[in-house]
Amino acid sequence: MNNNTAKKGNFGNFLRRSSVPLMFILICAVCIPLSGLSPSYLVNEIVTRMGRNAFLILALLIPIMAGMGLNFGMTLGAMAGQIGLILASDWQIIGIPGMVLAMILSVPISILLGMFCGKILNMARGREMITSYIMSFFINGIYQLVVLYLMGSVIPIKHSTIKLPRGYGIRNTVSLLSMRQKLDNLIPLTIKGVKIPVATFIVIAVLCVFIVWFRRTKLGQDMRAVGQDMEVARDAGINVEKTRIIAIVLSTVLAGIGMIIYLQNMGNIATYSSHSQIGMFCIAALLVGGASVDKASIGNVFLGVILFHLMFIVAPRAGAAITGDSMIGEYFRVFVSYAVITVALIMYETAKRSEKKQGGEQLKQAQLEEESK
Amino acid sequence: MNTDTKKEKGAFGKFVESFGLPRLLITAFLLLLLILAPIVGADLPTQITNIIARFSWNGVLVLAMVPMVHSGCGLNFGLPLGIISGLLGATMSIEFGFTGALSFVMAILIATPFALVLGALYGWLLNKIKGGEMMIATYVGFSSVSLMCMMWLVLPYKSPNMVWGMAGKGLRTTISLEGYYIDVLAKFLRIKIGNFEIPTGTLLFFALLAFLIWAFLHTKTGTAMTAVGSNPTFARAAGINVDKIRLLSVVMSTWLAAIGILVYEQGFGFIQLYMAPFYMALPAVSAILIGGASVNKASITNVIIGTILFQGIVTMTPTVMNNMVHMDMSEVIRIIASQGMILYALTRKTEGSK
Repeated sequence: MNNNTAKKGNFGNFLRRSSVPLMFILICAVCIPLSGLSPSYLVNEIVTRMGRNAFLILALLIPIMAGMGLNFGMTLGAMAGQIGLILASDWQIIGIPGMVLAMILSVPISILLGMFCGKILNMARGREMITSYIMSFFINGIYQLVVLYLMGSVIPIKHSTIKLPRGYGIRNTVSLLSMRQKLDNLIPLTIKGVKIPVATFIVIAVLCVFIVWFRRTKLGQDMRAVGQDMEVARDAGINVEKTRIIAIVLSTVLAGIGMIIYLQNMGNIATYSSHSQIGMFCIAALLVGGASVDKASIGNVFLGVILFHLMFIVAPRAGAAITGDSMIGEYFRVFVSYAVITVALIMYETAKRSEKKQGGEQLKQAQLEEESK
Repeated sequence: MNTDTKKEKGAFGKFVESFGLPRLLITAFLLLLLILAPIVGADLPTQITNIIARFSWNGVLVLAMVPMVHSGCGLNFGLPLGIISGLLGATMSIEFGFTGALSFVMAILIATPFALVLGALYGWLLNKIKGGEMMIATYVGFSSVSLMCMMWLVLPYKSPNMVWGMAGKGLRTTISLEGYYIDVLAKFLRIKIGNFEIPTGTLLFFALLAFLIWAFLHTKTGTAMTAVGSNPTFARAAGINVDKIRLLSVVMSTWLAAIGILVYEQGFGFIQLYMAPFYMALPAVSAILIGGASVNKASITNVIIGTILFQGIVTMTPTVMNNMVHMDMSEVIRIIASQGMILYALTRKTEGSK
């Protein structure tokens, strides 16, 4: 009897956990025929976007493991990556070496920002997500200060092609023509008209292996313990604060590198806006893949990229086909991205509350049994 | 002598602690700007007029934070939801052909039921997810704004003053209020001396709402609200229906936001649709925090001081900076100061939270 209800609960849980991906499969199934886009075009786009975004989304996994929720502060890493790229392109280091240099430059900035973010998040325990979200705005202000005022006046920038005409500050778009898709095309491979960025996928695979390996290390185990229960972890002799900071630093560094991979595929930097949306899209994609605020796997990342970007490609066309107005589809996909995050957050919070209640009831039952004995 | 200075230092230290270092810095910065303004050649009366005008536009939006903070729902990052109710009221009032001052009254009347229904739904949701209000409020705001982006295109608005000229349908991104309720409050009893101007009507309107909230917080229900905010367990033990009180506070906040955006529009002169309400919560949140509120404590005084300080910096920095160094860093300063303030407030330990 008891077993039966437990099974039912499991099935319900499964449905609840996978409701978002199922909903997306439905949306895509309706929209794909309406959009009239050919399958080969779609496959091509999805493969490109997988290479572009997967690394960034993988950067979100470690803080979730450490129980810090969705790291809206990944924008910090993205900004560090952009600073690295701006400097590398000013020094005219082209191709793969330029990218590597940008990564090397971004890492110390990411570490510093990550440490700062981690310290603040330790002070705002219990509301990490909103704090990391506001943090991304705050650091954006400092980023603008650096890029718009200090670059060219304090930090030397040689080439006028990336400088604003007034003599300091960086232009709205920085062209990365010399690095454009250099990583994607490093090992060229085309199967049935689908271009596959092999080298990018190799980098992503290496990161996946790293994450799997990292989970098994002492530090990874500590992080999971901290994510489970901070007090228990502290009693077990884990330095909770330090572990949490390391989680955020790792995520920020990975986000920085991910941003460089993302931008080499795009081919240019929108200096003042590239980073601002990246956090939202990555988080939405991860959640669409079936992750929740406290649990996410590598599988979620890839499923999320496919479903979310499929929706992203077909929605405007489908919207135009239904209503005759392309803007509707445009707004629709923005709405869906936000709605997915909202629903996921609500589900997480309600689950947390019902778990607490269940725990209380179990305790009550145990006490009753004790008394009846 | 020696002990005296020590004592003074202690008192000063205590003052800094209670006032908060960031707040002190922001006040000092504004004072510095006010002193610098005449030196660098900016016209001080114009500046002060601007600050007062902007205060009158934004006051009610900041006031909309108070009820939710009082009941322990945290900072109302879901402000856009109320703003949308206000926008619905504004556009429908124009659509139905009301003009002049009447269009303002009708906008409020039409916005009210929307605000009540949306606020009730929003409050019901926030009761389900106690503890995670702020993050979810943010995203409820975002989702509703992006949903309304579609609605503005689809809803059957016809008024030629509001829809796109070519297509004949779909609302424009900005709608001029000329002929409708532009300056309708500000014109009332306006005082004008040279360059100096006071929009008395708007200030009175704000004062009326602020007084109503203040009076409400001193009624039985209002005290219950404060009790729920400061210690929910105790409040429940005292026989207060916590969920009901929280719901009421959210409805009040949402309604105030709806009124707030209408007051803002009458001063600004335009209705802004589509993505405009998106980030409107953040300035209001940082304003009330700069005024001395914390995540679970806020008063009318915090609203007034905070709005003056925040709007003061927003208006003064560009002029002073431009006159001084010919470099407009105001946007960056505004971002760093306001977001920094929110961060500071979030990291403070709050008693009785959860």
